[in-house]
Amino acid sequence: MDEDQDLSKQKAAAAAKAKAAALARKQAKEEGPGNPSGEDDLSKQKAAAAAKAKAAALARKQAKEEGPGNPSGEDDLSKQKAAAAAKAKAAALARKQAKEEGPGKPSGEDDLSKQKAAAAAKAKAAALARKQAKEEGPGKPSGEDDLSKQKAAAAAKAKAAALARKQKSPGDEGDLEQAKAKAAAAARAKAKAAAAARAKAPAEEIPENDIKNEPSPNQPVLNQIVSAIERHVGQDALLDHYINKLSKDVPTVVANPDTYYSIAELFRYDAQLNFSYLSELHGTDFETHMEIYVHLHSFDMNQSVALKVKLNREAPAIPSLVPLWSGANWPECEAYDLLGIVFRDHPDLKRILLGDDWKGYPLRKDYQPYDVEV
Amino acid sequence: MLRTEEMLLNVGPQHPSTHGVFRLVIKIDGEIIKKATPVIGYLHRGTEKLAENLQYTQIIPYTDRLDYLAAMTNNYVLCHAVETMMGLEIPDRAEYLRVIVMELGRVASHLVWWGTYLLDIGATSPFLYAFREREMIVNLLTELSGARLTFNYMRVGGVKWDAPEGWIAKVAEFIPYMREQLAGYHELVTGNEIFVNRVKGVGIYTREEALQYSLSGANLRCTGVKWDLRKNEPYSIYDRFTFDVPTRDEGDAFSRYHCRMEEIEESLKILEQAVEQFPEGPVLAKVPKIIKVPKGEAFVRIESPRGEIGCYIASEGKKEPYRLKFRRPSFYNLQILPKLLEGENMANLITILGAIDIVLGEVDG
Repeated sequence: MDEDQDLSKQKAAAAAKAKAAALARKQAKEEGPGNPSGEDDLSKQKAAAAAKAKAAALARKQAKEEGPGNPSGEDDLSKQKAAAAAKAKAAALARKQAKEEGPGKPSGEDDLSKQKAAAAAKAKAAALARKQAKEEGPGKPSGEDDLSKQKAAAAAKAKAAALARKQKSPGDEGDLEQAKAKAAAAARAKAKAAAAARAKAPAEEIPENDIKNEPSPNQPVLNQIVSAIERHVGQDALLDHYINKLSKDVPTVVANPDTYYSIAELFRYDAQLNFSYLSELHGTDFETHMEIYVHLHSFDMNQSVALKVKLNREAPAIPSLVPLWSGANWPECEAYDLLGIVFRDHPDLKRILLGDDWKGYPLRKDYQPYDVEV
Repeated sequence: MLRTEEMLLNVGPQHPSTHGVFRLVIKIDGEIIKKATPVIGYLHRGTEKLAENLQYTQIIPYTDRLDYLAAMTNNYVLCHAVETMMGLEIPDRAEYLRVIVMELGRVASHLVWWGTYLLDIGATSPFLYAFREREMIVNLLTELSGARLTFNYMRVGGVKWDAPEGWIAKVAEFIPYMREQLAGYHELVTGNEIFVNRVKGVGIYTREEALQYSLSGANLRCTGVKWDLRKNEPYSIYDRFTFDVPTRDEGDAFSRYHCRMEEIEESLKILEQAVEQFPEGPVLAKVPKIIKVPKGEAFVRIESPRGEIGCYIASEGKKEPYRLKFRRPSFYNLQILPKLLEGENMANLITILGAIDIVLGEVDG
């Protein structure tokens, strides 16, 4: 924002006086009661917008120069209202201009440029409002620099920007009353949203380092699972166990291929754990090894667990889980089909998605497409 | 005694009642099904393989083509996985827009199911009503996203763009209209004796079998399991809305019908609240232009109209995923079909298959 202002300040310095006058005329017209919406023609609006922006920048500069020594004696309400309305208008206009100026951008960047334009518009609107306030009270010195006022202005900017985003038809711009009402409504909604965001924030916005140090709410569950495994399957049944912070804190255990089935069996039938639902099973080729990822859910504990096992990549084979969860049937076929992982004792291990005569396993990282016709 | 002899019968791959390209090889003795073997994969496009060479934003259009009757949920599950890994905070307005479009999608998807299911079992006119209302939803989503089915509307961090002026008001208008129509549906079909005789007590399975076969969505809730990820593992902003999770205890095709019809009502409730609370603000969080997901892996799951849709991402910190996997509810739900068909009368095949509510794009990935 500051860069933007500095730049436009310098640029505007020379030509701005004349343009500011034009702007003032235009504003006077807009604020008049019988404001016709015949100003819709594009070039005019563009020119007006440009003039406003420049004038605003200049005004800001002037305000800065004049700023410190001025007394602050013009807090009257009507003026503030008018200023807020003007801000909203300017923001809308600037936004429109920004849109028109960037027609060639691909749609992916659209949102970004929109946001940028909005930010710029806010700054410009603020500057404009200051200038306008000065113009409207010719005899009065402009002393808006006290802190509380600035804060209010900042809030108004945010409101105006939100309003501008909402308002798209140029016809609305003239309607001050409506704009005011809308701005007020927008401000309320915004405050609500902000409050909600604040309430949410502590859970989500902690930097990664802090997250790692903070104990997860699922840590007791992981401890319970690990101790059950150590008790029933063996002390060295697990290669690793951890809370996966990236995946909504799911407790994750890494079995070795020999204990994989025993651990799964424990998960399925242990009265306390009772992971009765197999949510997901798939394989991944990590190049150094193959990996099976199983996501289980226990309705009793209302808790999920991830069971992983690393397999030898050259001859990946593992006992099938179909005897425990019938739902593992097709996912295991899929892992066999696309990755070539063999599930022992599977009732009907077959290529489920690809044809029976397909060569190779497509999801392997070194897969070379083979097609007799090419 | 009449002599019968076993016969092999191919249903599909191109058969209207399979709603896609799905083949069933059936061994029948007279009219009784001895064994049914589903053959799938006709629509396999290798989405997961393709995704390994695409940036995250580029994958979104591919998700549209999995469950093409509720593409918004698919859009969301991918974005949600990426956002979960990045720890992004999503602007409120974006979340509301997402919930609104996902619930509209849920209603539209259930309408398609309702219409085509009845068409399958011989009632022609409900299809016309269902598609009339569904068309209104499709028009709303077209106005918002520019596409009828393949929306490509969501982005990592929010949505592609804001709703056009007056759009929310149109959604608000649609809610009471849909309620009124829904009452009409019940009047037209739900109590109809012929319909009830076709579906009641057909395709029964127990709660244990449903869990054993990893069923989800209405297929699970029809056995009395009150399980809906929107409620039980709240994601997005679903914890802000009041709604019920409809369940039935019978576990037959009719109970699945009831669950889905009541889910439409619940979705309308959510829509009503979302429209009322709809806040101002940005619709896209501040995200880098090139999205890179931190090294590691994550699996997230959400509630799609067909059940539990999940997304697994393994990332190496690059702009493409190392491995992307979708947990596709139709794929899991369809597994129980051979078991349900065994010993059934041939005439019940369509009733049972239709009640599962599969989308073949999703089954085949």
